[in-house]
Amino acid sequence: MEETLTLVVATLAATLRVATPLVLCAMGGLFSEKSGIIDVGLEGKMLMAAFFAAATASLTGSAWAGVGAAILAAEMFALLHGFACITHRGNQVVSGIAINILAMGLTVVLGTAWFGRGGQTPPLAGMERLNPIFFPVAGDNILVYVALLSVPFAWWVIERTRFGLRLRAVGEVPLAVDAAGISVSWLRYRAVLICGLFAGLAGAYLSIAQNAGFSRDMTAGQGFIALAAIIFGRWRPVPAFAACLAFGLLDAIAIRLQGVKLPGIGEVPVQLIQALPYLLTLFLLAGFIGRTVAPKAAGVPYEKEH
Amino acid sequence: MQELTADAAIELRGIEKSFGSVHAVRGASLRVERGSITGIVGENGAGKSTLMSILYGLHRADAGEILIDGKPVEMASPRDAIDHGIGMVHQHFMLIDSFTVLENLILGAEGGALLAGGLAAARAELGRLAGEYGLAVDPDARVGDLSVGEQQRVEILKVLLRGARILILDEPSAVLTPQETDRLLQILRLLRDRGVTVVLITHKLREILAVTDKVIVMRRGEVVAERRTAETRADELAALMVGRKVRFDLDKGPSRQGETMLAARHLSLVDGRGIRLLDDISLEVRAGEIVGIAGVSGNGQTELLQVLSGIRPPTGGEMEVCRRKVDAAHPADPAEMRALGVAHVPEDRLRQGLVPDFLASETSILGYQDREPFCHNYLMDGPAVGKYCADLMERFDVRPRTPGLRSANFSGGNQQKLILAREMARNPKVLLVGQPTRGVDIGAIEFIRRELIRSRDAGCAVLVVSVELEEILSLADRILVMFGGRIVGEVAAGEADERALGLMMAGARAA
Amino acid sequence: MSASRRPLPGWVEVGLLPLANIAMAFFLVGLIVAIIGVDPFHALKLLVLGAVGSSESIGYTLYYATNFIFTGLAVAVAFHAGLFNIGGEGQAYIGGLGCGLAVLALDRYLPGPLMVPLAILASAAFGAAWAAIPAWMQAWRGSHIVITTIMFNFVASALMVYLMVNVLIAPGSMTPQSRGFAASASVPSMQAALQWIGIAVAPSALNLSLLLALLACAGIWIFLWHTPWGYGLRTMGQNPEAALYAGTNLKRTTMLAMCLSGALAGGVAVNELLGVHHRLVLDFAAGYGFTGIAVALMGRGHPLGIVLAALLFGALQQGGAELNFEIPTITREMVVVIQGLVILFSGALVHLPRPWLQALFARKG
Repeated sequence: MEETLTLVVATLAATLRVATPLVLCAMGGLFSEKSGIIDVGLEGKMLMAAFFAAATASLTGSAWAGVGAAILAAEMFALLHGFACITHRGNQVVSGIAINILAMGLTVVLGTAWFGRGGQTPPLAGMERLNPIFFPVAGDNILVYVALLSVPFAWWVIERTRFGLRLRAVGEVPLAVDAAGISVSWLRYRAVLICGLFAGLAGAYLSIAQNAGFSRDMTAGQGFIALAAIIFGRWRPVPAFAACLAFGLLDAIAIRLQGVKLPGIGEVPVQLIQALPYLLTLFLLAGFIGRTVAPKAAGVPYEKEH
Repeated sequence: MQELTADAAIELRGIEKSFGSVHAVRGASLRVERGSITGIVGENGAGKSTLMSILYGLHRADAGEILIDGKPVEMASPRDAIDHGIGMVHQHFMLIDSFTVLENLILGAEGGALLAGGLAAARAELGRLAGEYGLAVDPDARVGDLSVGEQQRVEILKVLLRGARILILDEPSAVLTPQETDRLLQILRLLRDRGVTVVLITHKLREILAVTDKVIVMRRGEVVAERRTAETRADELAALMVGRKVRFDLDKGPSRQGETMLAARHLSLVDGRGIRLLDDISLEVRAGEIVGIAGVSGNGQTELLQVLSGIRPPTGGEMEVCRRKVDAAHPADPAEMRALGVAHVPEDRLRQGLVPDFLASETSILGYQDREPFCHNYLMDGPAVGKYCADLMERFDVRPRTPGLRSANFSGGNQQKLILAREMARNPKVLLVGQPTRGVDIGAIEFIRRELIRSRDAGCAVLVVSVELEEILSLADRILVMFGGRIVGEVAAGEADERALGLMMAGARAA
Repeated sequence: MSASRRPLPGWVEVGLLPLANIAMAFFLVGLIVAIIGVDPFHALKLLVLGAVGSSESIGYTLYYATNFIFTGLAVAVAFHAGLFNIGGEGQAYIGGLGCGLAVLALDRYLPGPLMVPLAILASAAFGAAWAAIPAWMQAWRGSHIVITTIMFNFVASALMVYLMVNVLIAPGSMTPQSRGFAASASVPSMQAALQWIGIAVAPSALNLSLLLALLACAGIWIFLWHTPWGYGLRTMGQNPEAALYAGTNLKRTTMLAMCLSGALAGGVAVNELLGVHHRLVLDFAAGYGFTGIAVALMGRGHPLGIVLAALLFGALQQGGAELNFEIPTITREMVVVIQGLVILFSGALVHLPRPWLQALFARKG
């Protein structure tokens, strides 16, 4: 009995640990996508942030400096995305892909040049990391709480504030926003910057909270899982949060199930569980689990007519 | 020349506006009295909407002056217009379907960083307006779930909530049912009685006569007349709107009609939202005649061409095309229609008729790319296509005669001639033509019309859709008038008179 | 194309604008190299030498270029149809599965002249099938092809890991790889082929798959610009409404474009598995799919441009490895940075230099 309880608690704690970067990323991506800017570059922003967080923490000895650097790095890429997609009305997907690939290369190039450890940063310890606050075993560092708070925050901003109303409007009918005398570009830039902030926190979590340093490609597709969670949550914060938790739970279970034979089913391939978030999203996208409702203007550059 | 009895809410003086080579508004001056309903009528392209867009700050005038309440003002953006108490209800609503009515109402005027206060204030205000003007809408309904008439009411409310004292409506009834239109007119009267100045842009004379105090008639970018509504009649307005049409003398002989090549029986088209775009259309086109479809744009002509050419299958009724039956259960796609002998010159040449990035030679075979002599053994014959295009260019006088030039680099007239050449060159049995001379220079206009008549004389069944009444009058042997998705009248070319046609086009009379 | 984007003279549009885009990307790369503390010109010299300095390095450059031609063409074909296929990576991977299954099942029974074409067909067919699912989802269910192809990359990767670890692993092997293919099931190396006609070159990974890639270029060129289907496909990509008007079936054309794209991506498996590894291995397609996007964008979707861009990226890949050997502070991932920047400047910011060029070549009227 006690064993079961321990198992459940441990699994839940693992779920939360895994879900934290997903939640942060998803809440950030939500702002961007709500404003009509598709962000497939979440992965790249998070990777950049993870690298700069670890590099800065290692060089300064301060985890907080690491968090600041992570946000800055992610914001640089967010601005780049905005510059390409909002100012130059470039293809949002192409820009996002470019950011992902750029991050993949740049982190290793800079990491090798600065630390010479094949793209890794030196291991971090003590004050260089964000440490658990209450439960050392559970790994409940500050960013876990930030992630949990980010959900009601995102909901409140989007649903209850003037900025949120305009954000939702600009992702649906930018022309209506323009006709109301509100700047479409400025709204979207702000959305993209908020997205950068959250992606930065997610990246910092990966390298200086969950792990003790940066290793190459450490995001491993989590940016895309966050994207999947947004789709699953139908572009709403609370359901997207639930999707992140579900995906995190899948991951936690996958680790537990490794090599375990379930009665009647046999061994469940870990890979299947790992691919489940993507498979479920595909089923959703194919319309087998209800309809998805992306913001109408997502992916479409806004062009003023004259 | 202007009456100065009441004081003017709006005065426009000598407004000029050109878009490239198109002179859209020519020295237009007008006055709108405070607390009145003023109608602005005119055909397509008469400049009504452009003039109002200038007033609303969406376009900037090249010259001229705008006075609001007697004071000259600058209208650089809609913001300025809103600040001067002007509100506009566009033909295409600027509403967000996924928002509630209240959310739509406060967008851009939220009254603070948090929504709660603004929403509560808007709800209270909405209650007041609903009582005062009969503008009842459920404040918490999703706009996407509302009927078109209700959505329009939301648009009007949006304008009123921002404190507008001048309300401009651009073709407000275009999307409404007759009942909804009556309701709208009632609302407009109430608004006027409470001191709101209303400007109504429309081509429907029934509405003008029913609700306005004054009518301003525009034609070819100019204000040509101004009448007290009480002192005018539909036929006078129709005549003013249409003007005297110069019939091009095209040397057109009598038509020698053969058998029916294209017939539609009780065709209907209902879109996904249940809106009836085509309603019980029956028509016949015989070999050797040109049938003209007249009407103001947006009355179903586009959809009619789409259905007849196979781009959209009809939802009801049937057609007979070159002796083949086509209906909802047995649709024919555009490729099959072409194989039957139907050629189609589309209304919108840049979006449908050609691919701007393709070479002229590629455009010259669009839709025929898998036919001899352009393609044999699954391979296209580049030189043959080039030669064919050069031939077409020669025959239809397309300039420059360069098959290797990008299609986008030709002038509108030459693009149109190239498309016409493509569709006419293969001696089709049926030729569908949408807006044959829209955006085409004068020289090309006559050439294109002569070619259409030549095609008729060669035994082709020709259907021409045009919003230019004068074009229909000079081309057609028989004229059908479309209004609200229906055919409301048929006139033989010899008996056609502009005034009667104008009335039918404006929905004021059925023949 | 908006009204504000006025036309430039033709040669500027197809020649100078792409060059300006790439120049900006490479300028930034130079800057990064300088920040790392290496003289960019010295690095460039080493890189060029490493890429084309010997017949061996030329061989490797061409070997990498072979993969890039396949994935570049794959992205380009879909692009011409107005579809953004990001799934080249997964399609190449699954193409490899098809290739491996065909060979593992039949290499003991079939002679080379039958086995190799069959394996090539299997690569193409599996790649096409993996692309067909997102194509179907796009055409019939309206799911965004960008998102679905991204997801399919991850699913392909998970599927392959599972199969390699649990099913296809060679008995007794410690690493997840299949048994070796029989000698009959291999594409001859270029060295062997050239020796056969009396030309001696240094051995490298280059094999006759390069010819297949060039053949694919020619084939795609003919298909896109000289067949009615290619015509319809390009019409759909440029102007779907005109394609509808012309009687092109948009759903079928979407399927056609994506299947072709997936089949081309499968070419990577031919080069890698039949040409080099001679067994089914994990991650053989890693990164090639994404480089294909850069290659297609840089080559402006034209087979000739794609060959040139593939050569450039092949040289970067090979030269980058040599450069890393000489200057360890510059890793091979520098090439990935270049790819990212090329995609950014030739893709998302393609119109960035336009105003300057317009000012330079302002035309009257």
